[in-house]
Amino acid sequence: MTTFIRKTKMAVLIWGISTVALSVFADDGANSSAGGKSNKIEIKDFMFNPQKITVKSGEKITWINRDEEPHTVVSVGKKFPKSSGLDTDQEYSITAGAPGTYEYFCSVHPKMTGTIVVEK
Amino acid sequence: MSDYISHDHEHDGIDRRGFLTCMAWAGTGLLWTIKGGVLASTTLAQIAKAAGKMPASDLSFLQISDSHIGFNKEANKDVTETFKIALDRINAMPTPPSFLIHTGDITQLSKPEEFDTFDQLVKSCRTKDVFYVPGEHDVINDGGKFYRERYLKTVDAKGSGWYSFNKNGVHFIGLVNVLDLQAGGLGQLGDDQLEWLEADVKGLGSDTPIVVFAHIPLWAVYPQWGWGTSDSERALGYLKRFGSVTVLNGHIHQVLQKVEGNVTFHTAMSTAFPQPAPGTAGASPGPLKVPAEKLRSMLGLTSVQYKQGSSSLAVVDSNLS
Repeated sequence: MTTFIRKTKMAVLIWGISTVALSVFADDGANSSAGGKSNKIEIKDFMFNPQKITVKSGEKITWINRDEEPHTVVSVGKKFPKSSGLDTDQEYSITAGAPGTYEYFCSVHPKMTGTIVVEK
Repeated sequence: MSDYISHDHEHDGIDRRGFLTCMAWAGTGLLWTIKGGVLASTTLAQIAKAAGKMPASDLSFLQISDSHIGFNKEANKDVTETFKIALDRINAMPTPPSFLIHTGDITQLSKPEEFDTFDQLVKSCRTKDVFYVPGEHDVINDGGKFYRERYLKTVDAKGSGWYSFNKNGVHFIGLVNVLDLQAGGLGQLGDDQLEWLEADVKGLGSDTPIVVFAHIPLWAVYPQWGWGTSDSERALGYLKRFGSVTVLNGHIHQVLQKVEGNVTFHTAMSTAFPQPAPGTAGASPGPLKVPAEKLRSMLGLTSVQYKQGSSSLAVVDSNLS
C-alpha cells in the first residue's frame, strides 16, 4: 500500500486547493444571487459550445452534457471545483468568482478544452 | 495464412487503403500469425475448416475490453447481455484460456454499482484469473482508488496500478495511461511508470516474448480524437531490443493492427458498442449507432496463443454474432 501514498497526498492537496478555490469560484447551490444571468455551455460531439465564454463575476455558469459519452469539467490548475462524471443530460454549475481567464478540460477526453473569461 | 500485409509498416499514419482493409477484416474474425515481423492473416471460417491442423499452444489467453457496464443508450441498450454473450463464448472454448486480460473501461461512469454488476457477471466465467488495466471511464471521480482496491489484489502493483508478471516464459506488462491527463493532451504513462518499466525489463533476455497491455493505444491511431499516448515512444524504446513484442490495447472499440519492427500493435473490439473508424468525417469518438442486427458483428474478443520456442504469437479476433 505504500505505493499509493503519493496519490493520497495528491488527493489531500487537490482537496486543499479546491477548498481555497471556493472563494474564487463557488460551487453553485440554488439560485445565484448576483447577476442572475445564466450562461449555458452545451457539451456536444466532444466539444464545449461555446468553447470560450465571457461572464461577469457572480454569474452562474452551467454545463449540460448532450453526448452519450460521460464528460467532466476540470479546471486547469484546479482553480475551481471539478464536476463528477456527467452522464447524458446531466448538468454542472458554478458561480464565477474573481476576474481572470480560466482554462478547463474534460478529464475523460482531455482533447476537449474550454475557456471562461470572468470580467468584473 | 495466405494474405500478407504489404503496406509500409514504418509509416506512422494509417493510410486509407490499409485502414479500410483492416476495417473490412474487423468483425469477421481473423487469425494473425506473426513471424519475423511479417504478418499473415486468415479468416475464422478458414480456421474452423483447418481446426485439426492448428498448432497446439503452450499458453493461450483472452483479451476482453471496454465492457462499459452502465451504458444504456441507443448504440446498445443492454451491455450486460452482450458481455454475457462474450463470457459464454469463452466458456464454450474447447480449451479454456489460461487467463483473461481486461484492457479497461470496465464501467461507464466508475460507479460502485457498475463495478458490482461487472463482478457478478464475470463470476460466470470458467476462467477465473483476470488481469486488469483501467480505462478512463474507471477512474472518473476518484483517480482510480476504487478500481485499484478491487482489481489489483492478485498482482504486485506499483504507483497508480502498473505491474508485470511472467507466464510460460512470456513477460506480461500492464500499464496505466489514463491518469493525470493534461488539458489538450493524449493518454500518458508518466515518468514514474516509465522509470519502473525500464528497470522491469532490464534483466530480461532479448529472446523473452513481451506482451504489453494498456487501455489507450500505445501508438498514434488518431491523436485528434485522443487515440494515442503522448510518451509511448519512450516506453517502446525500452522494448526495442526484444525479438517479439505484442502490444494489446482497447479504447477505440474496433480492431486495428500495425507492425513496426518486432512490435505488433493490436486493438480489440468492445463488448458494449462500436466506435467510428478514426477520422470519419462528421463523427466523434463516441458510440457508433448501427442497425440492431449488425451490432453483435461489431463486438467481440481477442484470443492470443503462444508456443514456446517459436517467435510468434497468434492473435485471433472473433465477433459475437
